[in-house]
Amino acid sequence: MSKLFTKDTQAIFWNNNTSAIQRMLDYDYTIGRETPSIAAIVAPTSSAKFDKFFWGGEEIMIPLYRSTSEAANEHKNADVLLNFGSFRTAYDVVMEAIELNGQFKTIMVTAEGIPERRARTMNQAARDKGVTVIGPATVGAIAPGAFKIANIGGTIENIVNSKLNRCGSCGLVTRSGGLFNEMSNIISLNADGIAEGVAIGGDRFVGSVFIDNLLRMESNPDVKYMILLGEVGGAEEYKVIEAVKNGKIKKPIISWCIGTIAKHFESGVQFGHAGASANADRETAEAKNRAMKEAGFYVPDSFNDIPATIHAVYEDLLSKGVIEPIVEPKVKSIPKNRKVRNFICTISDDRGEEATYCGIPISKVATPDTGFSIGDVMSLLWFKQRYPKWAVEFIETVLKTVADHGPAVSGAHNAKVTARAGKDVVSSLIAGLLTIGPRFGGAIDGAAKYFKYGYDNNLSPKEFLSYMKKQGIPIPGIGHRIKSVRNPDLRVSGLKKYADEYFPSHPVLNYALEIEKMTTGKKDNLILNVDGTIGVLMVDMWKELNYDDDEIATFIEAGALNAFFILGRCIGFIGHILDEKRLNMPMYRHPWDDILYDIETAEI
Amino acid sequence: MAQRAIREYDGKAIFSKHWEKYFSGFHYGFKSVLVSSGDELKKKAEEHGFEWLKQEPLVVKPDMLFGKRGKNGLVLFKDKKPGDVSLDVAAKWIDEKISHPITLLSGQHGTLTHLIVEPFTPHSEEQEYYISATTVGEDDVLYMSTEGGMEIEDGWEEKVTEVVIPINMKNANIDHVVRANAPTDLPADKKESFISFAIDFFKFYRDLNFAYLEINPLVMLDDNEMAILDLVARLDDTAGYLMEDEWGKIEFPTAFGMEDQSEEEKAISEADAKSGASLKLTILNPMGRIWTMVAGGGASVVYADTIADLSGNVAELANYGEYSGGPTTGETKFYADTIFDLMTRFKDPKGRDKILIIGGAIANFTDVAKTFTGIIYSLEEYADKLKNVGVKIYVRRGGPNYEKGLKDIKEAADRLGLYMEVYGPETHVTDIVRMSLENGE
Repeated sequence: MSKLFTKDTQAIFWNNNTSAIQRMLDYDYTIGRETPSIAAIVAPTSSAKFDKFFWGGEEIMIPLYRSTSEAANEHKNADVLLNFGSFRTAYDVVMEAIELNGQFKTIMVTAEGIPERRARTMNQAARDKGVTVIGPATVGAIAPGAFKIANIGGTIENIVNSKLNRCGSCGLVTRSGGLFNEMSNIISLNADGIAEGVAIGGDRFVGSVFIDNLLRMESNPDVKYMILLGEVGGAEEYKVIEAVKNGKIKKPIISWCIGTIAKHFESGVQFGHAGASANADRETAEAKNRAMKEAGFYVPDSFNDIPATIHAVYEDLLSKGVIEPIVEPKVKSIPKNRKVRNFICTISDDRGEEATYCGIPISKVATPDTGFSIGDVMSLLWFKQRYPKWAVEFIETVLKTVADHGPAVSGAHNAKVTARAGKDVVSSLIAGLLTIGPRFGGAIDGAAKYFKYGYDNNLSPKEFLSYMKKQGIPIPGIGHRIKSVRNPDLRVSGLKKYADEYFPSHPVLNYALEIEKMTTGKKDNLILNVDGTIGVLMVDMWKELNYDDDEIATFIEAGALNAFFILGRCIGFIGHILDEKRLNMPMYRHPWDDILYDIETAEI
Repeated sequence: MAQRAIREYDGKAIFSKHWEKYFSGFHYGFKSVLVSSGDELKKKAEEHGFEWLKQEPLVVKPDMLFGKRGKNGLVLFKDKKPGDVSLDVAAKWIDEKISHPITLLSGQHGTLTHLIVEPFTPHSEEQEYYISATTVGEDDVLYMSTEGGMEIEDGWEEKVTEVVIPINMKNANIDHVVRANAPTDLPADKKESFISFAIDFFKFYRDLNFAYLEINPLVMLDDNEMAILDLVARLDDTAGYLMEDEWGKIEFPTAFGMEDQSEEEKAISEADAKSGASLKLTILNPMGRIWTMVAGGGASVVYADTIADLSGNVAELANYGEYSGGPTTGETKFYADTIFDLMTRFKDPKGRDKILIIGGAIANFTDVAKTFTGIIYSLEEYADKLKNVGVKIYVRRGGPNYEKGLKDIKEAADRLGLYMEVYGPETHVTDIVRMSLENGE
């Protein structure tokens, strides 16, 4: 890996830190990235499915997941994890991420103050698996013009001023995050900006150290020279000296360790970070600066002379042709006023030349010659994809099967009574529809839910029955008023026949039929009824269409199954309403003798 | 902070609390008390369980994080002859020692406030061992020696064996490497005990999140009775939230002499403790000529470095500190008030103008104009005093809204008649130090 990040790098952001994420997306937009640098967000306590962010002036949605594994699974190309967990959770997040099939190549940890032993354990685990850890206790890293982690580089104005919007020629490694910005600025003023920069973090134990980053930069062709800004304390700089001495690093290095002040004072005054305390003479900033100078690094006499040193090295490399002058790219500016949209639509669009259903113009689905039937249109608008023929025809079969069930059922009755009261079609239809619920039509949902549960959890039919008994409700989708084993419901027979012929498989139906054998053994009319058959076959259809269990559960919870009943039964209701209008029947009044009046006089 | 020293008494208390779990093959009495005066010691002696204070000869030492207590003459173990210190003698000695400030051989200066009192343990030199563990680089290292005592540091290389234990080493391997690398000169009758104790010791050090743990000397008495005669320990305080029960109520004292903070330093550290922002102040030389008010931890270091480098005289630097992490206007004003107050108390003895550096790197997301508002309020209040003592102010800052911040502060200085030069990100962060020094000459 010669480059830490490219323009295609995508990350999963752990913790929905909306402001940091927005800054990343603003950066992406400014530098002209095609895809957002954040593929997904892990928000363990959120029940939302996505969050909205700006992409330039437009809003986009970034999916949210409860766990890292789920997010990683759905976004296999995301190989960077930005771990914004607190010092309490960051360790567990890293350890889990390292184990995820090697998907993550780089893990950044922002938390400060992770227990040292945990930090060492996770750093070692990452090293063993070849994962680069940036941090803990860091603002991150940046590959200008390609990918920027969270808040590094500051505001967009500062990023552009410091030329962090495009690739320069310096590889920058600092310990301090606060001075990273400052160094970027200095480099942009005195040279041509940076090609890659990493703030390794201020804690005592950080994952990737100076040498890891500098060795990578040595092999990165964009990096022509490197700057190392170290700190008093620790001996990491000596590893770099070693690498220069044995020829592993050949590119010029400008370096400086801050904290030279410490030599003037007895221990007790803490100058800088937690890791910044010299335990031995060789760990002092002065000793390290001296050693680096002796090894041939470009070491200024004082921090204040860094700009001049950078300028000299840059000019030298420029004159030798190692560095070529950069033509500044155009910067896309972010619109000042960005509007938050209150509504989101993901199925149809009426803004273009012609309105579309999931991107397909209506004229391409409307007429018979298009090959689209009403079931195709339903699958587009309800499920955002065109289902295969067997599934489309199943949907249509369901609609036809549930279209009507005579005038006596409660919904039809209500619709008729309303129509006779002189109300219009829509009022009458609504009056009918309002009866649909747990007692009327609702068994489809329940059947799907419980039979799916039993099937998914490998409950034997016997276990299923005792499970339902514990739930304290009759099994939805089982039982009919008149129909029985000997007098089967022909609608059910038809659905089963269709499934046998056209479904690739229907395990949940088979499962329900096993249960039916037991229930009808108890009582002849406890058959799998039409609601139950539709419910389980819908589950079978979705399973066959490769939806996972969560997605199917979401459909059931959202009421998609009842929706088939509602849509189908509208046909029947409207029929009854038109029937009433045609017959012009008078206002209906229920006869007194059909009502039991039992009124006690209230005490006043 | 991360690794913080604890008192010998607290270290022993942690040992005692977990002794059965880690050192079940050995016995440890934990007869120690921590007192601040002779009176307190005498009262302790009346408590149930502390009868030994009256019955046994005692040893008294300061327990305030500094070492070489013997060489500093601060260990009481004999009145007339070793092992004859009675409760009364101990109490009197304590009262005398706490009655006046002392200066250690290291130059640390302060007053004793905490002393540890324990029974005198008669033993021979052969019974003394050395054991310690700490982190070196990425690994843990266990040090063992058959020679305990103060002289261990002389001839360390010959006396002490080291065992490097990587962070991911399994328990079985730890047992193996400690055994394989134990000192070769362990006496036959103590060999097994010592090795097994050393293995237990390492696991105790590791599991309890010590950063450093040293027993010197460890005295191995008969019947597996262990005496911890002296102990030095540092804990990784970031593990505090995991170790609440294991450590118990633990105190992290400041280094000896350091508790004598000035009122101003105390006030800033109290404000820091209450705030989500970071406010730090150390007064290096109250008579110093150059005062700094720097935003950000990294920047505060480079300003201090540069002042020391360019002035050629570190005594010129009056203070070190930082304000960062988005302090409120009120907090910034308080911080500025404190510094302006300190720097206007004395005129420069050589009659030069004082220098005030209001510095900082390019902020990530701190609103510069907002934080400068607090400084402006403070300048308004201290303008007369600042003029009276003679102060040249140099400002350098970048980040969000910095143009407005710089403009506001410059306007305020002009209005108040204060000398001020103002620079933004186009000027190198520490270059105002050079300018201020050249201007003074």
